[in-house]
Amino acid sequence: MTAETGLALELRGVSKRFGALAALSDIELRVRPGERRAVLGSNGAGKTTLFNCITGDFPPSSGAIRFFGEDVTSFPAQERIRRGLRRTYQISLLFTGLSVLDNVYLACRGVSRGRFSFRRPRASDALMQTAEELVTTVHLQEVRNTRVSDLSYGQQRQLEIAMALSGAPRFILFDEPAAGLSPTERRELIAILTGLPGHVGYIIIEHDMDVALRVSERVTMMHNGRIFKEGKPAEIEDDPEVQALYLGGAAHG
Amino acid sequence: MAVLDAFDPARARDRNWIERVPPAYWVLGLLLLVMPAFAGDFVLYQIMGWTFLLGMIALSLMFLAGYGGMVSLAQMSFAGLAGYLVAIFGDSAITAISQGWPWWITIPLSLALTVLAATGVGWLAVRTEGIYTIMITLAIAAAFFYFTRQNYDLFNGFQGFNTILPPHLFGVDWRAPVPFYYLALFWAVAAYAAVLYLSRAPFGLALQGVRDNPRRMAALGYNVTAHRVAAYAFAGLIAGIGGILLTWQSSQISPGTIGIGPAIDVLVVAVIGGLRHPIGAFLGAFIFVLLKTFAVDVLISLGLSGERFQLLIGLCFLAIVFFSPDGLLGLWDRLRERGLRDPLTGRAKDDR
Ligand SMILES: Nc1ncnc2c1ncn2[C@@H]1O[C@H](COP(=O)(O)OP(=O)(O)O)[C@@H](O)[C@H]1O
Ligand SMILES: [Mg+2]
Repeated sequence: MTAETGLALELRGVSKRFGALAALSDIELRVRPGERRAVLGSNGAGKTTLFNCITGDFPPSSGAIRFFGEDVTSFPAQERIRRGLRRTYQISLLFTGLSVLDNVYLACRGVSRGRFSFRRPRASDALMQTAEELVTTVHLQEVRNTRVSDLSYGQQRQLEIAMALSGAPRFILFDEPAAGLSPTERRELIAILTGLPGHVGYIIIEHDMDVALRVSERVTMMHNGRIFKEGKPAEIEDDPEVQALYLGGAAHG
Repeated sequence: MAVLDAFDPARARDRNWIERVPPAYWVLGLLLLVMPAFAGDFVLYQIMGWTFLLGMIALSLMFLAGYGGMVSLAQMSFAGLAGYLVAIFGDSAITAISQGWPWWITIPLSLALTVLAATGVGWLAVRTEGIYTIMITLAIAAAFFYFTRQNYDLFNGFQGFNTILPPHLFGVDWRAPVPFYYLALFWAVAAYAAVLYLSRAPFGLALQGVRDNPRRMAALGYNVTAHRVAAYAFAGLIAGIGGILLTWQSSQISPGTIGIGPAIDVLVVAVIGGLRHPIGAFLGAFIFVLLKTFAVDVLISLGLSGERFQLLIGLCFLAIVFFSPDGLLGLWDRLRERGLRDPLTGRAKDDR
C-alpha cells in the first residue's frame, strides 16, 4: 500500500467496532489540503466515531490513517494536534471554570513551547494577542472574561471553534458546529468558515443541508458506518438514493 | 469574591499595578498594618497570628482543591513535618535529638525536605481521583501521625519537642507578640500573593484546565501528571512555611499537632471560607479561630458544657456546606448579587 502524495487526509480501510457493533466499516476517504468537505448522515451513522479515529481520541480497530503523508494511525492525540490537526466536539468539553479568553489561551499555549511556565504572560505576550484575536473572530469579545459555565449554549459552540482555530491549524474537523445556534450565530459561523485562510481544509459534520452545502466543495454521505456516496453538493442534492435515505426526513436526526 | 474580581488582568491591562489593586485591599491592608496600635497581645498573637498560619495551611489545600480539583488531607502533615524537621535540625529542649544547626541551614533544609515529601505524596496521590485522593492522603496523614507517636529516635514519640524558638534575627525577639504578628502577616501575604500570581500564570491556568477536563488538556499537549505533582510540591512549600511558624508560635511540636483531627480541621477551614478564591482560606481560618477561642466561653455562659465547641464548629460547617457549597465567599457573592438587583423587577441594576 503506497500513500497517495499531496493529500491532507487519507483513510484506508478504517473500521471501528464497539463490541459487536460495527460503528465504522472499511472507510476510504481522501481529502486534499485546503479542501472543504461536508459529511452528512443520520444519527448513529458513525460520523463522530470517524472524527475520533482521525484525531486519535481512540484508535481504529483496523485500517490506516495518514495526515499530510505521514502515517499517524498509532500516534496519540497530542502528536496529531502538534502536526496541525484540530477538532471541535459535539458535546461541550470546555474548561468550564475558566474564562473564555483563558480557554483559548490554553489551546494556543498547548501547541507552543514552554507549556510549563510559572511566569505570568504580559499583555503584549504573542500568544495572549493571538487568543484575543481568535476570541474576536468568533464574536465573543464582549464575554471574553466570562466564565465558560456562564455562557449560553451557542456561545460555547463558538468558543469550541475559536479553540480549534488556535495555533496554526492545517486541517480542522467540525462536529455539528451549527447545532443549537440561533440564525444570527449560524450566519456568523458560515462567515467564519468561508473566511478561513485558503490552505486550511476542514471536514464539517452538519445536519442542516443549507449550511453544509454553502460551506463545502464536496459532500460525503454516511450510513450505518459506511460511506455510500461522495460528490459535489449539487450532485448529492439531486441524487435519488440520498433523497430517499436522508432528505426524506424520516432518517433525519 | 466580587470585590476581588477587579483584579482581572484583562480589564486592568492598561493601568499600572498600583491602580489595579482594588480599594478593598487598601482598606484591609491598612487595617492589618496598624492593628498592633490598638489590639492587645492576645488578639495579635493568638487570634490573628493563628489565623494567618492556619490560613496558610488551608491556603495550600485551597490551591490543590480549588485550582487542581485534588482534595488532600495531608496538608497538616506537611506543616507538621516542617515543624519537626526544624526541631530536629535546629534547637529544642530535647538536646539528645536536636542537632543545633544554624537557622540558615535548618530552615531551607526543612522546607526542601518538606517539598520533597509533598512531591512524593503527590506523585502517589495523583494516580487517584476524587474520594480515593482523600482516602490515600488521609491514610498517609494517619501513618505519619502514628509513626511520630511511636518513633523515639527521631520524633521523640508521644512527647515531641518543646522550646523550639525562632532565631534572634536583627536583634528582634520574633516570639514577642508584635514582631510575631508582623512575621506571620508577612508570610501569609506572601503566600496569598504567590497563589494569586500563579493562578493566572500558565501553570495555574493549566492546572485549572486539568481540573475541568484532564483528557482534553492531555490532548492539547499538556503533561497532566507533571502539573498535578508540581501543585502538590508548591502546596507543600506553603504548608511547610506555615508549619514552621506554627511551631515557633506554640514553641512545640508533637503528634497531637498532626493528628486526624487537625488534618480534618484544615479541610473544614478551607470549605467554610470557600475554595473559589485564596482569600477564602484566611476567612475560614479567622472564623475557625474565633469559634475555637470563644465558643467555650459562650457555651459555658449559656450553661452548657464547654467541651461541646467541636459540635458548634461541626454545625457551622454543616450549615455552610448546606446553604452555600462555595463557603462564605459564595454566600457573600449571592448577597451582593441580590443587592445589585432591582427589588421590583429582579433585573440587574447595573449591567456593568
Ligand atoms: N464510545 C463508544 N462506545 C460504544 N459505542 C459507541 C461509542 N461511540 C459511539 N458508539 C456507537 O457507534 C455508533 C455511531 O455513533 P456516532 O459516531 O456518535 O454517530 P453520529 O456521530 O454519526 O451520530 C452509534 O451506534 C453509537 O451508539
Ligand atoms: Mg455525532
